[in-house]
Amino acid sequence: MDRDATADVNAPHSMGTTIIGVTYNGGVILGADSRTSTGLYVANRASDKITQLTDNVYICRSGSAADSQIVSDYVRYFLHQHTIQLGQPATVKVAANLVRLLSYNNKNMLQTGIIVGGWDKYEGGKIYGIPLGGTILEQPFAIGGSGSSYLYGFFDQAWKEGMTKDEAEQLVVKAVSLAIARDGASGGVVRTVTINNEGVTRNFYPGDQLPLWHEEVEAHNSLLDILNASSPEPMST
Amino acid sequence: MPSEQKLGSAIVDTVFANMVSSQNESSLLSSEGDSQRTQYPYVTGTSVIGIKYKDGILMAADMGGSYGSTIRYKSVERLKQVGKHSLIGASGEISDFQEILRYLDELILHDSMWDDGNSLGPKEVHNYLTRVLYNRRNKFDPLWNSLVLGGVKNGQKYLGSVSMIGVHFEDDHVATGFGNHLARPILREEWREDLTFEEGVKLLEKCMRNLLYRDRSAVNKLQIAKITEEGLTISQPYSLKTFWNFAAFKNPTVGAEGSW
Repeated sequence: MDRDATADVNAPHSMGTTIIGVTYNGGVILGADSRTSTGLYVANRASDKITQLTDNVYICRSGSAADSQIVSDYVRYFLHQHTIQLGQPATVKVAANLVRLLSYNNKNMLQTGIIVGGWDKYEGGKIYGIPLGGTILEQPFAIGGSGSSYLYGFFDQAWKEGMTKDEAEQLVVKAVSLAIARDGASGGVVRTVTINNEGVTRNFYPGDQLPLWHEEVEAHNSLLDILNASSPEPMST
Repeated sequence: MPSEQKLGSAIVDTVFANMVSSQNESSLLSSEGDSQRTQYPYVTGTSVIGIKYKDGILMAADMGGSYGSTIRYKSVERLKQVGKHSLIGASGEISDFQEILRYLDELILHDSMWDDGNSLGPKEVHNYLTRVLYNRRNKFDPLWNSLVLGGVKNGQKYLGSVSMIGVHFEDDHVATGFGNHLARPILREEWREDLTFEEGVKLLEKCMRNLLYRDRSAVNKLQIAKITEEGLTISQPYSLKTFWNFAAFKNPTVGAEGSW
């Protein structure tokens, strides 16, 4: 058992992950967990998987950490040049198609699923899903990463068109937190990024403040606190 | 302003193309040992069915995009217009289909830029696709799709299919994937040269319902497209009713307890 744990440390960094992007009436909300694992070891328990491409376009990264980082670096570089030439902020569609180009043309080598979300003055808030292989699909909401397996049913039931910003934020936080509860490769904190015509807002929901789900119990500093809170009885079985 | 933009974007395009040009070229992102390559599909569409009918071609496909055994996307449009005279339906890897649509867009654009009054018909488009797919197969780098191509030009109806290895043929009714096994037997029995639009739609729906029962990757949301000399229409997405009200379904193990 010990030997297995150490052998895994050299496995490539992968963000078994939960990533989400939803549109609401006015913009988009991107959400993600914060766990980066190398095999069974959690290499980073507070990673930031929501990465900025431009002032108005962000992406959620899943899969290989290296691949998703290099793709986002290239796309940021190209978008920067494109913005200079265009003379105005790049549209979400252009950003998403640049990501698609890299993902599709290097499909044999890359292992990264990406959700592109942002706001531009032409189309408003938009979410594009770009899974493995480089398919590009514009969607009202998108989920990705290993934790997303546990969320298909949840979103089938809970998703509604035209939510308010707060409703959408609560939905995203609830969903990531549910995925963290069941997916070993997801964990840590929930990060969200809200993008609308007013700008960008980042939010942070620490792991100990997320709701508790089935078979999860309240956190305490120590057993002693529990014992002292109730009447001083000998420990019962 | 426009010419500056073009120059700027040409530079970006060259840089971009060099950096991300696919497969065999040595570049920043691809390695040189890529001489052997057959990919595998990730997001896939299932069967497409096409039939000739009295006034033209009818084609049907559901809107599912599967990711392995997960039905991940349920609003994928797999039937698309190509130029004035043709309709393409695709199964297989969706990203490769999206790339094929870009190739076709360029093909049609260049054809129209000749401005000679001619336009590519379904037979020509089918041939183009066959060449593209076969040549990619020869490089061990296939576009992982099976395509149905149908259309009408100058009163002539045309319906063909081509697979990812370049096998292509033309027929009165074609199907891809599971459709080959489940739909074509029905079509062989019930297809006629003089089907009306209504009869054609009913026949396609019979096939699609059968696929819905028996194909694990089918989803109950489909589109039917019609192309005639006049033009092309792709229906809005809709669902089919299914039938489960059989005595044998309600009590499957009567007389054989423990069986299924």
